[in-house]
Amino acid sequence: MRFIPHTEEERRQMLNLLGIENTDRLFEGIPREVRLNRELQVDGGLSEMELSRHMASLAEVNTGVDKTICFLGAGAYDHYVPSAVKHILSRSEFYTAYTPYQPEISQGVLQSIFEYQSMICLLTGMDVANASMYDGASALAEAALMACASTRRDRVVVARTVHPEYREVVRTYLYGPGIKISEAPYREGLTRAEDAAGLLDQNTAALLVQYPNFFGCIEDLRKLAEAAHSVGALLVVCADPIALGMLKSPGQCGADIVVGEGQPLGIPLSYGGPYLGFLACREKFLRKMPGRIVGQTTDVDGRRAYVLTLQAREQHIRRDKATSNICSNQALCALAATVYLSLVGRHGLRQVAELCLQKTAYARNLLAKLPGYRLPWQSPVFKEFVIETKVAPEIINRELLKHNILGGLDLGRYYPELAGHMLFCVTEKRSRREIDLLADRLGAMS
Amino acid sequence: MTEKLIFELGSPGRRGVEFPAGDVPATALHELLPREYLREQSPPLPEVGELDAVRHYVRLSRMNFGVDVGFYPLGSCTMKYNPKVAEDAAALNGFANLHPYQPAELSQGALRLMYETQQDLAEITGMDAFTLQPAAGAHGEMTGMLMIKAYLESKGETGRTKVIVPDSAHGTNPATATLCGFQVVEVKSDERGGVDLAALKQVLGPDVAALMLTNPSTLGLFEDHIIEIADLVHRAGGLLYYDGANLNAIMGYARPGDMGFDVVHLNLHKTFGTPHGGGGPGAGPVGVKAELEPFLPKPVVIKQGDSYLLDYKRPQSIGRVKAFYGNFGVVVKAYTYLRALGGRGLKQVSEFAVLNANYLMKRLSNHLRIPYRRVCMHEFVASPPRECKERGIKTLDIAKRLLDYGYHPPTVYFPLIVEEAIMIEPTETESKETLDRFADSLIKVLEEARENPETLKNAPYTTPVRRLDEVAAARKPVLGWFPE
Ligand SMILES: Cc1ncc(COP(=O)(O)O)c(C=O)c1O
Repeated sequence: MRFIPHTEEERRQMLNLLGIENTDRLFEGIPREVRLNRELQVDGGLSEMELSRHMASLAEVNTGVDKTICFLGAGAYDHYVPSAVKHILSRSEFYTAYTPYQPEISQGVLQSIFEYQSMICLLTGMDVANASMYDGASALAEAALMACASTRRDRVVVARTVHPEYREVVRTYLYGPGIKISEAPYREGLTRAEDAAGLLDQNTAALLVQYPNFFGCIEDLRKLAEAAHSVGALLVVCADPIALGMLKSPGQCGADIVVGEGQPLGIPLSYGGPYLGFLACREKFLRKMPGRIVGQTTDVDGRRAYVLTLQAREQHIRRDKATSNICSNQALCALAATVYLSLVGRHGLRQVAELCLQKTAYARNLLAKLPGYRLPWQSPVFKEFVIETKVAPEIINRELLKHNILGGLDLGRYYPELAGHMLFCVTEKRSRREIDLLADRLGAMS
Repeated sequence: MTEKLIFELGSPGRRGVEFPAGDVPATALHELLPREYLREQSPPLPEVGELDAVRHYVRLSRMNFGVDVGFYPLGSCTMKYNPKVAEDAAALNGFANLHPYQPAELSQGALRLMYETQQDLAEITGMDAFTLQPAAGAHGEMTGMLMIKAYLESKGETGRTKVIVPDSAHGTNPATATLCGFQVVEVKSDERGGVDLAALKQVLGPDVAALMLTNPSTLGLFEDHIIEIADLVHRAGGLLYYDGANLNAIMGYARPGDMGFDVVHLNLHKTFGTPHGGGGPGAGPVGVKAELEPFLPKPVVIKQGDSYLLDYKRPQSIGRVKAFYGNFGVVVKAYTYLRALGGRGLKQVSEFAVLNANYLMKRLSNHLRIPYRRVCMHEFVASPPRECKERGIKTLDIAKRLLDYGYHPPTVYFPLIVEEAIMIEPTETESKETLDRFADSLIKVLEEARENPETLKNAPYTTPVRRLDEVAAARKPVLGWFPE
């Protein structure tokens, strides 16, 4: 029997102790009417050898970014993952544990989360971070709820330059409690403070923006913070953690809550998950924060140690009055980010960020010069940029794929007014030769 | 044993990984970005070498207890063995390197895997359709309850604002109901540990949207009035929500869909053998009956002819609960597990999970107080013997002493309706000798409690750190390392 160690003899001994003949007796509490009287129709019973082959054959049907040249980003990024990250993550003392309810035997997970919280604070310029959320989108949604709870207001304004799927998730989360949402328009790829201000009022809990935004453009957070604060609303920023290696921290620009997607920090693309939501805020909002938080303390012998703390916010204590329903989070992904940030370190993160910035600038210039392609906006960008194309994006991408290039996102899918526009992403992994190849192929199509 | 923080290791200028110099002509930074957008200084992240980092995190791992280290009978969490072959599968290039927005024709293997997982989970639970999008159990609860809300609204039933939750429920149930904008009504359990039918009847009415139920309950008991409960709720116009945290007890024996449940969530990180990751990532797929299918989050994976695709055309969908398609990497592991076991193997899983729990309960039944003396399912709940209370010994002390014996303690103080609760879930992957050894150890701890209670009150002694000052941690929170 797979993964069940009992021998027939042991099974008999156990039944003997229970004074029963067979295990069916143990299921007699299930009313007859609801018992399943047939075998489950689920394929299986493969030996490990067959199973390995089967899984390999399913995987082989797919073509991933290891076999293509990837210029696709839009919330999932092909950054380099140092080898050591994978090796640490495969320590099964970490990955076969659960939430560290017993701190005496969970210092590994607890300390790594404490280090993670510290790093997130250093990047975002916030005072406190939690132990992780499901992903960037759900972190943004929880931040919106947190802002509503903190300000006791029931409206939020979200910039249209926020990832369209993130906005959908925010909408879903706010549907339950009935919080109203309005969307701030963009100009030149950016959210203008004056446009946002037109939507903000005394009932607005928060303004939600992305940094850099979905188009790769870098929002002017300082002005947006002023606009939000002038009506007593909070500024919630959804940030790219790699960009924070060189851009001013949202905290320095006046943000109140900072969230984001941690996937760029050493987490594989894995078809969209598992990823890592991070959430950090100013200390005054701490008691409204969702999720687990690790704090430092001492043991009875005076040793420094770490423990889950401030649990009076959480569902297992507060039940229907909890700040959120989150229980399991993405702890192992937080560990990946922590190891990644340790390895790249203070100078490496800035270097990765600059590589992205320079390569993106190079690619953007090159593409802009091609006939049949045009930059719609001149606003500064980080690792992604939008380009208008004469040929339909769908056709372009199909053609690029013939040359093994995974092209940019067709923006018309999310923004009707941007039909015929594409979003390209250039990470530190793209070489000049690959960028030149992209330009060649695009040039050949106009 | 303690370990410095990573920030306290290394030396200024040291690096753990090198990146190649830029190969494109560099542009001056100020031409690319306004100067005031740039940080004056890089964030003070660690400056360590690869070996510094590797040793640090390996040392930390050695201060951590997982299923691979020892017996982990944490009730309600199903800490079963996580097959290694599933880890290998999820790490395959053809899964780990897929971009979520790459064209469907490059992702047919992944989409097929998701489609088949949806189908298999529907078969196992007796539901009609599944979404794999939610990232964990609680996330699934939110998804399911929002679908119930949207469904009721589509019928013009806007007055259903209440959700009934038994007092034995997991904290995520009431928290979810609130998150979804419902009012929570708690219903008592009866003396057999089931929902008190009289109490249920009293709260059912035209303002009730749903009853959230865990079956087997968090007491490890099968709800024997389930048919009557389903009938009562449905006749009152409400829906029945199934918290599938305990599905490990009944696979192949009974299905929530056949019991009358309208919506279920499962925890792949419990029942389907995917690891718990030190607190996540898990996955919380949600299944529904046909009437609720239009409300599933989008996209859903569908099959057309011989190809698989993501279906976004779902006008009544509640929207999305997560970017992309869920914790795909976790789904790969669960799928691997499903194909290892198949229908027959899954039934054996439940058979042995229940056998192990009953065996362990029997072995301990003269030593612990068992409040509900009936056959249990995959787990059971107990209280310490009376003499513990007389000697000032709490469940917490017993749990801490078990650490010295090399065990992860059971779940403690949950469910809330059992005094000083100890909730034990051995799972099917543990052998008889492990159960025997654990029973012997727990009996020994209870003997110590009688003869030398101080030993328990000061336990543990042998762990990397000993009991922590949790009050100080909460009173003066230190939540991160910051440079001076
Ligand atoms: C009964 C029950 N319901 C719900 C949950 C929540 O699941 P998750 O932690 O995956 O969100 C849990 C587990 O922690 C549980 O035991």
